[in-house]
Amino acid sequence: MTSSAIAVSGLRKAFGDKTVLDGIDLEVPAGSVFSLLGPNGAGKTTTVNVLTTLMKADAGTARVAGHDVATEAKAVRAAIGVTGQFAAVDELLTGQENLQLMVDLNRSNSNIADLLERFDLTEAAQKSVSTYSGGMRRKLDLAMTLVGHPRIIFLDEPTTGLDPRSRRTMWSIIRDLVAGGVTIFLTTQYLDEADQLADRIAVLDQGRLVAEGTPDDLKRRMPGTHVRLRFTTAGELDAAARVLADATRDDEALTLRVPSDGGTKSVRALLDRLDEYSISAEEFSVHTPDLDDVFLALTGHTTEVVAK
Amino acid sequence: MKSQSMVMLRRNFKHIARNPTSVFNAVLMPIVIMFMFVYMLGDAFNVGVHYVDYATPGLMLLAVCYGLGATATSVNSDMTKGIINRFKVMDVSRGAVLTGHVIASVLTNLLAIAALVGVAFLLGFSPSASFLDWLGVVGMVVLLGFAAGWLTVALGLAAKSPETAGLAAVPLVLLPFFSSAIVPAEKMGQGIRQFAEYQPFTPIIETLRGLLNGTPSAGQAIAAIAWCVGIALVGYLWARSTFTKRA
Repeated sequence: MTSSAIAVSGLRKAFGDKTVLDGIDLEVPAGSVFSLLGPNGAGKTTTVNVLTTLMKADAGTARVAGHDVATEAKAVRAAIGVTGQFAAVDELLTGQENLQLMVDLNRSNSNIADLLERFDLTEAAQKSVSTYSGGMRRKLDLAMTLVGHPRIIFLDEPTTGLDPRSRRTMWSIIRDLVAGGVTIFLTTQYLDEADQLADRIAVLDQGRLVAEGTPDDLKRRMPGTHVRLRFTTAGELDAAARVLADATRDDEALTLRVPSDGGTKSVRALLDRLDEYSISAEEFSVHTPDLDDVFLALTGHTTEVVAK
Repeated sequence: MKSQSMVMLRRNFKHIARNPTSVFNAVLMPIVIMFMFVYMLGDAFNVGVHYVDYATPGLMLLAVCYGLGATATSVNSDMTKGIINRFKVMDVSRGAVLTGHVIASVLTNLLAIAALVGVAFLLGFSPSASFLDWLGVVGMVVLLGFAAGWLTVALGLAAKSPETAGLAAVPLVLLPFFSSAIVPAEKMGQGIRQFAEYQPFTPIIETLRGLLNGTPSAGQAIAAIAWCVGIALVGYLWARSTFTKRA
């Protein structure tokens, strides 16, 4: 078991009569990126809270860095770093002071100037964190986590609420960490994020893992890319549905969903066929699968059901 | 070597220095209330002594209570913004995190009371306390500050948001008005009078009043100390269990 950074078996947790984790098993090899993918309320944060010693599980075992989270919390804490869902930074202090606070508490030898430089925060270092943007706060949060030189880092939805550019910056920082040999446990509700960063992905739904594998494994189990056609009248929709036999129709939205690889050749063939029967669509779009599609494919329901 | 408690306390001091509105509230409000009662209303009350001499001990207690809202809010924002979780994962001791808040709260109290007593002297306050009596006053105030501080830290940890944490401290601000702080309890109506006589703030105020008059009462002092120790213990135990459980 020495090669496992995180090993979890039969983990259960309930709040009152609401079961949040219903028997989770997972294993994360050292030096890899593991992503827990799921919608809000699936149990991602609870999993992180248990693995980071903040919460006690009702049943099951979890070993992090070779130590049991329930009985050897101190040893676990010495090996991990956590960046939670909300940037846990001190708003009344400056960026520099936040890092200094971490250095003092950790009795660490981390070089604050280097960390500021690495996260592109040198210019803002002397400003109060209350003036920072969301992206800057997350970066500072992560920099504060790195002060203790953790071997395993938990990132709970590190890019939720960030603009696309800040997301990309965060991704590249995470890749750098992995290159340095750190193990990453990442939770996210974005399929593309898990796809971009993770070696293995586990899909969490209502406290259960419904699928686990490499990003490619999972994509094979998902509905493929498809083309969506929207029509102006029900008559046109009927006509098109007769021509395109493999399509799924939605009478309310007046749309047809046609399986396709999204490539130019197949799209041209599809359009030619519509043209042949003089049918024209009001709107045309190519869709790649998102978390909703994954959930529909893996669980038979969309993320909406879970959110309730 | 810097201990974690010192690091946390320094953080709390920086907070106070950078958030002066909360200090103004803690220091200025009791003074404003003192002006109101002593100048505007004081002549209307017949308490047997010069009114400023009667009211100052009660207002000292009010000054402690006014500082608590800021403590509750700041503890709660540490909790809800995940900073306490960060400290917990870093193995910073519970004592260091919470004691930092309590000590900062007590020091704010002392600042507010020093300002209040200064203004009281300007308004003609003439206590007949000896040096030892004054030491007793300081000791009583610090003990009250610790007790109220621990209870407030517990309230702050347990509250859902900084707003509700601020609200949770409001009863502590109102409680002095239903005690012998402003007028003697025997002048109040039925029900309120009994409440005022038996609530914890009354023996504390009477102890302060006795010390400042140079006529300390052992009975009141024992009751006051017992209340403070009890409140501190409840606050401490509640804060400790909430800190451990809530993630």
